[in-house]
Amino acid sequence: MKNFSGKVLFLDRNDINTDEIIPAKYLSEITKQALQPYLLEDIKIDGFMPRIDIQEKNVIITRTNFGCGSSREHAVWALEVNNINLVIAESFARIFRQNMFNCGMMAVELPAKTIDRIFRDFAGKETYLETNLEKNIFIMTANQHHLEVSFSISDFDRALVMSGGWVEYADSKY
Amino acid sequence: MGKTIAEKIFDAHHVDNPSEDIHVIRLDAVFCHEITTPMAINDLVSRNKDRVFDPEKIKAVIDHVTPAKDSKTAEQGKILRDWARRHNIIDFFDIGRNGICHVLFPEKGFVRPGFTVIMGDSHTCTHGAFGAFAAGVGTTDLEVGILKGVCAFHYPITIKINISGRMPEGIFAKDVILSVIGRLGGNGATNKVLEFTGPVVDAMTMESRMTLCNMAVEAGATSGICLPDMTTVEYLWEFINNEYPDKTAALDDFSRFSSDSDARYDQVIEHDVSRLEPLVTFGYKPDQVKPVAEMETIKVDQVYIGSCTNGRIEDLRVAARELSGQTISNSVRGIVSPATPKIYRQAMEEGILKIFLDAGFCVTNPTCGACLGMSNGVLAQGEVCASTTNRNFNGRMGKGGMVHLVSPATAAATAIAGYITNSRRFKG
Ligand code: SF4
Repeated sequence: MKNFSGKVLFLDRNDINTDEIIPAKYLSEITKQALQPYLLEDIKIDGFMPRIDIQEKNVIITRTNFGCGSSREHAVWALEVNNINLVIAESFARIFRQNMFNCGMMAVELPAKTIDRIFRDFAGKETYLETNLEKNIFIMTANQHHLEVSFSISDFDRALVMSGGWVEYADSKY
Repeated sequence: MGKTIAEKIFDAHHVDNPSEDIHVIRLDAVFCHEITTPMAINDLVSRNKDRVFDPEKIKAVIDHVTPAKDSKTAEQGKILRDWARRHNIIDFFDIGRNGICHVLFPEKGFVRPGFTVIMGDSHTCTHGAFGAFAAGVGTTDLEVGILKGVCAFHYPITIKINISGRMPEGIFAKDVILSVIGRLGGNGATNKVLEFTGPVVDAMTMESRMTLCNMAVEAGATSGICLPDMTTVEYLWEFINNEYPDKTAALDDFSRFSSDSDARYDQVIEHDVSRLEPLVTFGYKPDQVKPVAEMETIKVDQVYIGSCTNGRIEDLRVAARELSGQTISNSVRGIVSPATPKIYRQAMEEGILKIFLDAGFCVTNPTCGACLGMSNGVLAQGEVCASTTNRNFNGRMGKGGMVHLVSPATAAATAIAGYITNSRRFKG
């Protein structure tokens, strides 16, 4: 199973598309690792400096419709090779979401008001998020501030996460 | 309650429901090409799972960029080639025998009614023309298909498009599907299956049905599908004549996979083509369509005839009839890519290649070529192409280029005129 805890990268925007996550010009790469330097290279958020701001982050928290656009799985791999295995958002594009779980990663939706609250309380602060998959809670910490948020994922998605993705799941089961 | 063809195919291939809404199904064929498969192969190798579920059910081709144009595409081809060799994938097609996957594989008889097919390619829906459930998938799904011969889907929800009326002279399957996409919109069939039925589809050749199903994904559909009939049997007969005593027996067998009259549909759309005009796209989305007559001022720099949508022999025949005895405009670069070696040879034997050459076209080897803007006809900034392909996305045929999707007849007429125009045989 992959790691789902770590420092949080806040992306305060709706509709971040797969071209922004990994530009099309890198699709001819034949290893996932080759995508590593280009994650979020073309994202449009004022003041965001991809190479610096991504460093040492393991979790993304963002708004609605994350991962829209083309179906490229490269978007997920670019996150994976940067050790970001968990994205929390108000909503996701369907294929991106499926690709995440297929790779044994997590794309978790939280209600709008919870996302609002997280941004209000934590964005801009150095925030650590711990995932407890047994109790289905995220525990966020910044300075002295704590917040516990519960979440839910389907049984199939959980099974994919537990086995490290669809390849491992299918190989052991079918 | 009856069932749709897609539901029957799912039921016949059921493996598991890992959760209520997810159906894992057994696959009859996994198709591979050199752009999306290498990542799956590399990942399998890195997991120590470099295996294939059944080398006979895996078919592979190098088609997108062939011959290789640079080191990166050479490397992609090499990964696929080496993998096919080490796993004894007999049906691997390399240069000289290769052609566009969605044209070559049906031509080889690899798709049958009732089959389940996946490929890491969005136009896999083409194979639904044979009464198969055929879907484009992402890399991990492809990888699991290669390894285990299964794939997970939601149970199919079907929109039925009943196509009726008399097709006017000069109107082709391409115009029909453009009109359907224009009507449904680019997301109108997202996550659904588009079942094409009705007298117009019944009268269509398999080639035309493939053109229809090819663009189902441009309305967002997971798969297009046509019901198998005698036309399907005739097309497949050379591959199945040792399995059935006669064609009627084959049809009886295939008819297990047909929709019941009381099957439940998400929507049933009546689509009359009697007054359809030749169509052309005008924007960066395939659902932005207009009659050609309203676009006649648009000058073009290039005309491209080919692709998995319209690179088949019947498409080349239509274009050749238009081009016969004519020369294309001085300001137009004409490029034609017969989709497979068989089509290339047929076109040569029928004198079609000579007509293209005499008209001033460049005839390329079978490949996807210009369709995806990686080789064989990339547009420069600001250039315009009338193309028989299926996607006009921004930058698809080259950064800053504009693609207008048309039928082969419109493409040929446009090449002669130098601007978008109707075929001589369309009298609207
Ligand atoms: S011809 Fe174009 S659309 Fe068809 S498979 Fe090749 S690149 Fe894709």
